Amino acid sequence: MSNLATTSRELGNYLEAFTEFAKRAPGHNQGWVRKLREDAFARFCEVGFPTTHDEDWRFTNVSVIAQTAFRLPPAAVVSAEQVEPYRLGGAACQLVFVNGRFDPKLSSVNSLPKGVSAGSLAEEIRRDPKPLERYLGQYLNTQRDVFCALNTAFLGDGAYVHIGRGTVLEAPIYLLFVTTAGDAPVMTHPRNLIIAEEDSQATVVEDYVSLGADVAFSNAATELLAGEHTVLSHYLIEREHTDAYNVSTLRLQQGRSANVASHSVLLGGGLVRNNVHPVLAGEGADCLINGLFIGNGRQHMDNYMLVEHASPHCASRQFYNGILDGHSRGVFHGRIIVHKDAQKTDAKQTNRNLLLSDDAQIDTKPQLEIYADDVKCTHGATIGQIEEDELFYLRSRGIDEPAARRLLLYAFASECLERMKPGPVRARIEELVNEWLFHTAPRSPQPGNAAQERALHWEEVG
Amino acid sequence: MALLEIRNLHVKVENHEILKGIDLTINAGEVHSIMGPNGSGKSTLAQVLARRENFQVTQGEVLYNGKDLLAMKPEEAACEGVFLAFQYPVEIPGISNAYFLRSALNAVRKYRGEDELDAMDFIPMFKKKMKLLDMDDKLMNRSVNEGFSGGEKKRNEILQMAVLEPKLAILDETDSGLDIDALKIVANGVNALRSPERAMVVVTHYQRLLNYIVPDYVHVLVDGRIVKSGGKELALKLEDKGYSWVEAEATA
Repeated sequence: MSNLATTSRELGNYLEAFTEFAKRAPGHNQGWVRKLREDAFARFCEVGFPTTHDEDWRFTNVSVIAQTAFRLPPAAVVSAEQVEPYRLGGAACQLVFVNGRFDPKLSSVNSLPKGVSAGSLAEEIRRDPKPLERYLGQYLNTQRDVFCALNTAFLGDGAYVHIGRGTVLEAPIYLLFVTTAGDAPVMTHPRNLIIAEEDSQATVVEDYVSLGADVAFSNAATELLAGEHTVLSHYLIEREHTDAYNVSTLRLQQGRSANVASHSVLLGGGLVRNNVHPVLAGEGADCLINGLFIGNGRQHMDNYMLVEHASPHCASRQFYNGILDGHSRGVFHGRIIVHKDAQKTDAKQTNRNLLLSDDAQIDTKPQLEIYADDVKCTHGATIGQIEEDELFYLRSRGIDEPAARRLLLYAFASECLERMKPGPVRARIEELVNEWLFHTAPRSPQPGNAAQERALHWEEVG
Repeated sequence: MALLEIRNLHVKVENHEILKGIDLTINAGEVHSIMGPNGSGKSTLAQVLARRENFQVTQGEVLYNGKDLLAMKPEEAACEGVFLAFQYPVEIPGISNAYFLRSALNAVRKYRGEDELDAMDFIPMFKKKMKLLDMDDKLMNRSVNEGFSGGEKKRNEILQMAVLEPKLAILDETDSGLDIDALKIVANGVNALRSPERAMVVVTHYQRLLNYIVPDYVHVLVDGRIVKSGGKELALKLEDKGYSWVEAEATA
């Protein structure tokens, strides 16, 4: 679909940036890397940014991204002190990316066990590009999603993680993406490639933060390949400031009996689009897609799930909870595609939302496309407010109103937190959620209008 | 000074007058039972005392320990020692029973200027009280009332009461939905908490509970008014003859 909203002036800005970038980017002398970028950029120019006429973008208007003249950021220096508060204790390694570039001084990969390598994708492309060819860009759909095309066009750096066959890594691999302040709005396109060979086990965390408070656009994409019998957890934490636009895409490719959990926690960012796209390609694969989004002010948080069942006997469970206050707006779009041969599919989808103010809004949309005939697919969504009965019950035991509200919000959030494995990542996320709710909860909502006071509820089983 | 003094209390709910002039005085150490047919206003009275906010007090006053109870928020009343055992305890998914109770106890202790208890101090005390009510330890880590049986929910209410040690405990139809074994356990729990410093108001439709929690006074509430007061023998008479004779007497 061609798109008139993206004008030639806006594309011109990207063309200029791309021409400069492509000359020096890692792997520019490798035919396949160059072609990957050029094809993706051509696709981007062909379709431009989506508008709300596009079904996949009906609830999210990205014109503010389309109309901003973003530049690739100049090299920036960030001190260890600046990064310190964000670090995750107990990690197996910490890779820090400043404005999309790997920063070896801020990173530590010392404690990685045998069988695991983690480092800069740019370095890996320079060092030994050949083995990457069969993975990099082979899974992300640049035809369908223009942000993936844009990311691939500007594919430069990010994390490259390889977990060898049978390797069990208990401690998490922590990836920190820092955007710094700049004179002009900057864009970064972090690109991660995570390969887990068969029978391996690992946890990877992507954490997006901003230093300073300038307009910035992160357009991240991760290809995660889960080999046979792998057990993997992936975490996305978005906690940038509210002038940040964040689009991220997680593309999971699951082999036979691969067991993958994707956890997304959206707290920050002004305009956030969180794409999670698992393909259950091997028989018996299992995917948990768990998410929590907490919006306030004018934050916009869009969660777009595309779950593809491509083999028999696979299970997917989506659970997203949203808490929206102020004028914030949330979107949950849960699309499930069950391909023809994916018999005995068991797909479940639940989206629950709490609206804390009259002006907060949620759009929730299930979309089931089933081409097999022996499947179980269920979906349901709820939209409600804090239950007055629950609030009174807590208060009648001596807990004051702000604390009672906070407790109820935390309980609602815990539904998601409890799906995470206990450990340092979950502890950090619990801390963050508490911190965020502390800012959100004490304001009691204004009396709502009748329509909003009535809790909406629908549930369907198909 | 009486612990609780209700004077000419009139209460409306959604523009219907439910309580039409209640007068009641309760002293520390006493157990009062409020009986009455369905719809007489028993639960409304219980909830107003616990400071539920969707009731509109149109006339009268309530003094608790000499303070204006109707000016208090629910949490203030609770911290001052008012406790309502709910007729229908609320399920709260995602908050463990232990965490909830500790938060409540610490809120009350903080209000009274006492040190907050940490988990180490709290758990042994909690376990002792659970034993009193013959409750399974596992209920401690479950979400508040979620998936509890009717009997477990009611026992959980009395457990909260045992932990919070109120001065005025109001039991709203605590007997409803309980089989006789559960009823005995709940009544034992309540009786263990009877003390000269504590008053109890037992709201019930049936006399059955009063075989186990023997009241000092019985009041009959009909159509928003207390139409008859007496000793525990009044409850037996009601059991025997039903409510119709008091209703007839009241309207005569």
